[in-house]
Amino acid sequence: MTAPSRRSLFQMIGVVAGSAAMYHAMTELGYAEGSSFEGPIKLSRPPAGSSVLILGAGVAGMVAAMELRDAGYQVRLLEYNARPGGRNWSLYGGDTYTELGGATQQVRFDPGQYLNPGPWRLPFHHRGILHYARRLNVAMEPFIQVNYNAYVHSGSAYGGKPQRYRQIQADFHGHVAELLAKSAKQNALDQAVTKEDREILMQALQGWGALDQNYEYKKGFASSMRRGFDVDPGGGIKSVTLPSEPSALSDLLRSGLWSGIAAGHNYELQSTIFQPRGGMGMIGKAMGAELGPLIEYNCKVTDIRQDGQGVTVSYVDSRNGGGRRTAQAQWCICTIPTPILAQIPMNVGPRMKAAIDQLPYLAALKVGLQFKRRFWEEDEQIYGGITYTSLPSTTISYPMWDYYAKGKGVLLGAYTFGRPAYLAASKSPEERIQDAMRDGAKIHPQYPAEYENGVAVAWHRVPWAMGCQGAWTDESREQHYNNLCALDGRIVLANEHASRLAGWQEGSVTSALDAVTRLHARVVQP
Amino acid sequence: MMRGFCVVTLLMAVPASAADTPDMRGAPFAMQGGEAVYRGVCQGCHMADAKGASGAGTYPALAGNPKLAEPGYVLSMVMNGHRGMPPFGGQFSNGQAADVVNFVRSHFGNHYKGKVTEADAQALR
Repeated sequence: MTAPSRRSLFQMIGVVAGSAAMYHAMTELGYAEGSSFEGPIKLSRPPAGSSVLILGAGVAGMVAAMELRDAGYQVRLLEYNARPGGRNWSLYGGDTYTELGGATQQVRFDPGQYLNPGPWRLPFHHRGILHYARRLNVAMEPFIQVNYNAYVHSGSAYGGKPQRYRQIQADFHGHVAELLAKSAKQNALDQAVTKEDREILMQALQGWGALDQNYEYKKGFASSMRRGFDVDPGGGIKSVTLPSEPSALSDLLRSGLWSGIAAGHNYELQSTIFQPRGGMGMIGKAMGAELGPLIEYNCKVTDIRQDGQGVTVSYVDSRNGGGRRTAQAQWCICTIPTPILAQIPMNVGPRMKAAIDQLPYLAALKVGLQFKRRFWEEDEQIYGGITYTSLPSTTISYPMWDYYAKGKGVLLGAYTFGRPAYLAASKSPEERIQDAMRDGAKIHPQYPAEYENGVAVAWHRVPWAMGCQGAWTDESREQHYNNLCALDGRIVLANEHASRLAGWQEGSVTSALDAVTRLHARVVQP
Repeated sequence: MMRGFCVVTLLMAVPASAADTPDMRGAPFAMQGGEAVYRGVCQGCHMADAKGASGAGTYPALAGNPKLAEPGYVLSMVMNGHRGMPPFGGQFSNGQAADVVNFVRSHFGNHYKGKVTEADAQALR
């Protein structure tokens, strides 16, 4: 390869420096921290007749309910939906989903197919949610985050042609290794690396970047063993191996595609990641079955009132309104999403109220598309994993179950946050599906011919969540987070929005356990 | 970026919370004019007819809403958010924010007097 320009070098350094700076920022936000789960909790027996009313039968509410019930509390849950789970949710064929504004989607997936509109990954170190899944015998299978044969794609790079993850990663590592090796040889790194270490570094770069004997990254066996061959080695006489040509450094840098190979390096997205067999919603279903009649469904909470003796919650039937009913308990754990909770009259102190009022939920979009055949497997040898694109759909993910099945398959056709998700929420479900089809067809031309049906969930339109997760910033956490989590009289909040694992179910679990533990300490204190 | 060269990044290196697309904020909103901003973004929650919607909670109607009488209040809601309403100060230009406030106060049956300006939006930053 030719010597890189000074500008290219600066840009490449920027990639590394940017990552470090970003990592620092995210650590500040708490996103890079692991779970605080320290194993099952064991509460002492509370005074006879101790009671807790839990609002919301999502992961946080149901974890709190299981632990409090097991300790001997009288527990009751009120849930808006007709099912347990909350954002732990899978859509299957035969399901009906009506969003705010009234658009109703009939899910027409085939048996065995599903979309997880909400969470879809369980990192191995999210031991809390995995503990409850295991306790309830929810079967797990691997979630494929990194697939070397999936794509990274930009409409403005490589003629809009998707590039295999494998090739972009091999080329990026190879070029960086060659540049560093060159610098080391020219003694440009002498201030940072001793003479002895330099030899080790050169050896390491050769191996890491697949450099040849001259420490160059170029077309040949070494680089093709990373990026793949034009003609693979094979048996017999005809198998003449042809190595492939790496991308030029400048093309690679300008493509921006190097930004698509980093996701799997992140702590949250490192192997092993799990998914429940049959859909993420299997966890919520199992928790709901475990709690059985303790959960009262179709309850829309309208008022939360506490006094010296206890907490009284008013609610109506979420489907047809009707008369006001009330539920009472000594204590209350409230997991209602903050955009909704902010509108419910509740006599808590000004600090908790301010914390609730300032926490909207983020926009997010997921689109599921069913195709007549698994063309990504049959035509492109992509088995699970994720393709990233600069197009608004952002993420295309391939089903990580039923590999090699001859039948149909459901792709995650779009998964995005931020502005693309806002724009999607303003459109009809049909338009969101059309957008995902338009983007996806630029990567997989089989889309139009093979498409059967789809479903699109824009989270600001979800009637019982009004967004996908708490929208914290580092400033708002500094000012409000402790006030949101603190026990206010007889009421304490729990959910991912009361955790530093924003948007993760592990945040809901650890938040619930923390809330339960603090509440219990208050109950049993002399 | 310099010399007309622009790198379109797929995603940066760290997940934004549960997203693997650490910066899925996407390209800046391109729409111009109050109606386009409303149709592109606001109707996602306040609905195409500005009548809002109700589930477990409520997206308030902007049509016939007496709170819209005070232009500064509406602009502040757009810029800073409150109670479920996300802050759009970081998403909208001053012009987009002012335009959409003026649009909702003069459409959907609303005939409120007075307008906000880009300078008013800037003052809230």
